[in-house]
Amino acid sequence: MVPTNYYVILSAILFGLGVFAFVFKRNIITIFMSIELMLNAVNLAFVAFSRALGKLDGQVFVLFVIVVAAAEAAVGLGIIILIARNRQSLNVERVDLLKL
Amino acid sequence: MTAPLVVFFVLAALAILGALSLIWQKHPIHSALSLIVVMVALAGLYLLMGAEFVAAVQIIVYSGAIMVLFVLVIMLLNAGVEEHTSISKLAGVPGLLLVIALAGFIAATIARSSETVQAVMQTGAISSTKGISNMVFRDFVYPFELTSFLILVAIMGALVLAQREKN
Repeated sequence: MVPTNYYVILSAILFGLGVFAFVFKRNIITIFMSIELMLNAVNLAFVAFSRALGKLDGQVFVLFVIVVAAAEAAVGLGIIILIARNRQSLNVERVDLLKL
Repeated sequence: MTAPLVVFFVLAALAILGALSLIWQKHPIHSALSLIVVMVALAGLYLLMGAEFVAAVQIIVYSGAIMVLFVLVIMLLNAGVEEHTSISKLAGVPGLLLVIALAGFIAATIARSSETVQAVMQTGAISSTKGISNMVFRDFVYPFELTSFLILVAIMGALVLAQREKN
């Protein structure tokens, strides 16, 4: 049996890497993918605690997170297509209309 | 070292390497493929925890549908290698500090709460697919119906956003 702590620590590491990718990457699609990485890390923690507590609520929550992630991906990629069409670039530094 | 522990460490190493590769790769399509590696490794971990339904959904929905959508958009937009300016390279420093602070906070929380987490006894294998269907269609039926509404809104939003403007 693998201790629950190991899963939670792995989840924390993956979430941290997701945050770092979110700040560091410049391509808007990769930034969007790092959000998905963070969602996956949270899902891992949900399932780990679900197993530790012997209840299935955590796994049901994972299903809802996956549904919301799918909806978010559909809308987000639509926005990305719009940005690419209007700016001719996927670099987030080119999206500076609100900048003074 | 028992067999589940070995499997855990192999899959965990795969997931972390995939996440590092997502950051390291310059081309978005390589980042997308790295993310698929992370998701498949996580599906293996779910299987290890006895959550076979979540593992199947992870493979089918995440690495199947969502990542195919990502790869499709990357190819549709013909995304090239990302460009870094000197200022954006500088952004890595506060990013790294942020990650270290976050990891420290999470590690402190885990260290403080590890006794309570470990104190709860493992109740052994629970029949997860049957239990999940009972919960989704009985206890969580109202949120479940709401998610269908959410998906409908998302479909309409994506259609409105991505359609070409008529002149």
